Amino acid sequence: MSLAEAVAAAVHDGDTVAMEGFTHLIPHAAGHEVIRQRRRDLTLVRMTPDVIYDQLIGAGCASKLVFSWAGNPGVGSLHRFRDAVENSWPVPLEIEEHSHAGMANRYLAGASGLPFAILRGYRGTGLPARTSGVAEIVCPFTGETLTAVSALRPDVTVIHAQRADQQGNVQFWGITGVQKEAVLAASRAVVTVEEIVDVLDPRPGAVVLPWWTVSYVALAPGGAHPSYALDYSARDNDFYLAWDAVSRDRASFAAWLDEQVYRRGDGAGDGTPLVPATSAATGEAR
Amino acid sequence: MSYTSDEMMTVTAARALRNGMTCFVGIGLPSEAANLARTTHAPDLVLIYESGTIGAKPDVLPLSIGDGILAQTADSVVSVPEIFNYWLQPGRIDVGFLGAAQLDKFGNINTTVIGTDYASPVVRLPGAGGAPEIAAACKEVIVVIRQSRRTFVERVDFVTSVGFGDGPGSRQRLGLTGAGPRRVITDLGVLAPDPVTSELVLTGIYQGVRVADVEAKTGWELRVSADLAEIPPPSDAELRALRRLLATMPASKTAQAGKTAQASKTIAVSTIASAAQSASSTEGAAR
Repeated sequence: MSLAEAVAAAVHDGDTVAMEGFTHLIPHAAGHEVIRQRRRDLTLVRMTPDVIYDQLIGAGCASKLVFSWAGNPGVGSLHRFRDAVENSWPVPLEIEEHSHAGMANRYLAGASGLPFAILRGYRGTGLPARTSGVAEIVCPFTGETLTAVSALRPDVTVIHAQRADQQGNVQFWGITGVQKEAVLAASRAVVTVEEIVDVLDPRPGAVVLPWWTVSYVALAPGGAHPSYALDYSARDNDFYLAWDAVSRDRASFAAWLDEQVYRRGDGAGDGTPLVPATSAATGEAR
Repeated sequence: MSYTSDEMMTVTAARALRNGMTCFVGIGLPSEAANLARTTHAPDLVLIYESGTIGAKPDVLPLSIGDGILAQTADSVVSVPEIFNYWLQPGRIDVGFLGAAQLDKFGNINTTVIGTDYASPVVRLPGAGGAPEIAAACKEVIVVIRQSRRTFVERVDFVTSVGFGDGPGSRQRLGLTGAGPRRVITDLGVLAPDPVTSELVLTGIYQGVRVADVEAKTGWELRVSADLAEIPPPSDAELRALRRLLATMPASKTAQAGKTAQASKTIAVSTIASAAQSASSTEGAAR
């Protein structure tokens, strides 16, 4: 199954979609495919909406964003995100914001099959007043007032990993972020990978998602570009710097989108050839 | 050696870190200062980034909190839920290093919106990131921020991270376990909370800066400590180490370092941060 087929099968208009990767292994190629397929009215979830969500928001794919930090990491503001929030361009964007600790725990609750998670957080901040997903809760044992955050249960989670095997078992390492929780919290999961190998070598600190937790695996070498994939590719810092100028202006953004996303095929948006995906796709049922 | 106000700020922030401390670090000014400390007087400073890298020992400045150099040099790399739940939340970390777009006299931090209408902000900033819980749970917090009337305000437009809330007793009432912002380091000097009122008071000032300069860039009626200290300028060794670190940054950052190297003789009091600069300086806050 190709990335285009995987996205077509897994991501529908109106879905709640989480694309995770904490400044590492960001699923850019999959995000571009969502843009090319002109998905609309998505609720996009991501702890750190950065360049890829700036692109999705600017392309008009999203009606709501659930997040904890929206910026161009190491560079500055996200101009398409700000244009959507400040000027409703190209469409109004509802936002629901949290802290990183809150978002991480919301995924954790989703992965655990619980309705909420508990943390010491948010208290005294302006955040609880802006979301229905945060409430005070009293510890039944100590009487301490703590914070409950509602579970995140995305319709689909999309991640990029270093490797999968022929069966569709997925392996990723380095900064592993919140991807495991995001996949296990979701109804469906799409994983793009740098390579497909016969057998996964055990690696210290690697996360392995068994094939039966993943709905679709698609080969997308360089699919994290301009973020990086440890041991495969480095961060393209020039791209992040250049994005500041490209995204500042609606016209230059539209031109970029046309040239780099709409006119390119599956996987090609990142300078990589159109590649077939593994046959390991297991369908939606998990 | 001549130096800039930003260099003075970063060196002062680095001096605030002691060897052997555990430090939760944001990208930007906090990361520069923490890495400067580690390469100078605090080789055993434990750097913890919210990407889950514990004990990172980068020999170049990381470009982002997810930089591969952090994972490759760390003692341990853990997941994001783990870094917040197991490491930050229980109060294991000595100092949290935060930036801010706005700061008020009680040390509360705003990195969310400029403007009081949340739904229709004047400037949409990046948001909270890890800062609210870093501000709550680290044993103490150091804030690094360029000072201006736009950044130093009577009341923040939005409380993203709590300093001393409404004043004395707020942190206890809210159940915040850490001591809060013990030091605010700016490009003009250093502020610390008054032990009774919790209000930030000017306690240190850089060479060549006058109290009137600081007052002019503070959006509340600034109180000045009776023991106002003049903070020694950066040593040549500190400046060399800082410039060596900054020179490891590519592109625009290198350009800044280049400018830095030919810096003016006097401390250039930096221009009032534009909204965009505030937004980008928030990077550190959120990270």
